[in-house]
Amino acid sequence: MVFTKKPVYSVLYLIFFFFTLFGHYILLNAQFLAAVHLIVYAGAIMVLFLFVIMMLNLNKEIEPNKSIVSKFAAVISGGLLLVIFICVMKGADSIPLAQGSQDIGSVEVLGKVLYNKYMLPFEMVSILFLTAIVGAVMLGKKEIK
Amino acid sequence: MNVHNITIDHYVLLSAILFCIGVMGVLFRRNAIIVFMCIELMLNAVNLLLTAFSNQHGDPSGQVFVFFIMAVAAAEVAVGLAILVMIFRNIKSVDIDMLNKIKW
Repeated sequence: MVFTKKPVYSVLYLIFFFFTLFGHYILLNAQFLAAVHLIVYAGAIMVLFLFVIMMLNLNKEIEPNKSIVSKFAAVISGGLLLVIFICVMKGADSIPLAQGSQDIGSVEVLGKVLYNKYMLPFEMVSILFLTAIVGAVMLGKKEIK
Repeated sequence: MNVHNITIDHYVLLSAILFCIGVMGVLFRRNAIIVFMCIELMLNAVNLLLTAFSNQHGDPSGQVFVFFIMAVAAAEVAVGLAILVMIFRNIKSVDIDMLNKIKW
């Protein structure tokens, strides 16, 4: 996905990645989250990406060549970060994945937690969405007079 | 491999790898759309880890956090792509190195 030439191929790989993640959520007993993930990411975000790429006609290999030094530095620093992560978790004990109760990810349990304990953040998210909508519309206008 | 052999470590490792691919992509590419996609990749790595730990501890709060992260990601993509379209209208390019005007 990182190394493809055309942006549309990157988007297609990203869709594939989202579907694999959907499978992981199902395996982790998070059914509601899996459904929301599929709707939000595969349904909304990917359509936005594809729409922008096709609208701006960006599917050309116009990728300007970044200097080889900075590419090399990017790979090295990313790899070093991975090495750090692996070294950090090497010392940890490995615990078998708990076969938790089946209804942890169900709509009922999540809804109760969401509307009792996290009521205020939930309302904040709606305000965030409102500002995002207003901001996107403002930025999308042709000319701001 | 039996399902019971899979530990939480595997999920931590998978998330770390996904996150590092995202970081590498942000540093590697100059196309702003692909940079956005790599940010999505990093957010999803965190989501996967939160879900795994939520399942491990039997606590639904982690999945609620994932829900909030998804909401923030959706808002971020909407605004970000709008900014991108505006930039493309102005400078006819989505190359992030052309955006050095906002550096000063």
